[in-house]
Amino acid sequence: MRVPILKQENYLIASIQSTLTDEELVEFRDDITRQVGRHRARGIVVDVTVLDVIDSFAVRTLRSIGELTRLRGAHTVIVGIQPEVAIAMVQLGLGFEGAHTALDLEEGIALLDELTGK
Amino acid sequence: MTTVGLDIRVTISSDADIVTARAQGRSAARAMGFSTTDVTIIATAISEVARNIVQYAGRGEILLRERREDGRSGLLIVARDEGPGIPDVEEAMRPGYSTSNSLGFGLPGAKRLVDEFEIESSRGQGTTITMTKWLAR
Repeated sequence: MRVPILKQENYLIASIQSTLTDEELVEFRDDITRQVGRHRARGIVVDVTVLDVIDSFAVRTLRSIGELTRLRGAHTVIVGIQPEVAIAMVQLGLGFEGAHTALDLEEGIALLDELTGK
Repeated sequence: MTTVGLDIRVTISSDADIVTARAQGRSAARAMGFSTTDVTIIATAISEVARNIVQYAGRGEILLRERREDGRSGLLIVARDEGPGIPDVEEAMRPGYSTSNSLGFGLPGAKRLVDEFEIESSRGQGTTITMTKWLAR
């Protein structure tokens, strides 16, 4: 299932719509990294509200979206991590070090405004 | 080990099966009365061991059973394959270890999520991982 990526001014908003397989998650990472250049995006919000599991593979892939897009000149904010998913991630021993996070879409955009000096 | 009722088997041979296995684990854990947090923790642990099968063995299976002991119940999760086996289990359980372009966090991560965790593996004979998450009384 393809993750829709919407453009809003200088930002890209990607809302994951359903559980993704590893392969789909990697496709999404590559897709959004390409779109940063195409749309000259300065910021990206990735909404993971629907993800009921964020395991080590998902953490690694989402983290790499932040790293790749930074190399392309854009900031990434991950939003919508569910409380029980956050607990499982901490117990797993993994976090989003180096990636920005925010509670929801609105907070994510506010954080991007700050990061891009808008 | 006494197991009752619940008996689910999920064949694992692709990354879509990882998603199926954790969905099955989620509904089994929910039916047993685990909290929402524990249901998520269980699904995450299943995801890690299922991916281990896909990455290293190509195919295998995950079994879910209900375990009863000393008046308490737990979810027993067995992940087994007939793949190449893990040459050095101790090394594989160290965070950061990886032979397959992964974060190398899968198995040590899964261990941190459950109450009991055991690996049996020998070269050429495959790997069996047995995990239990006990239901809080």
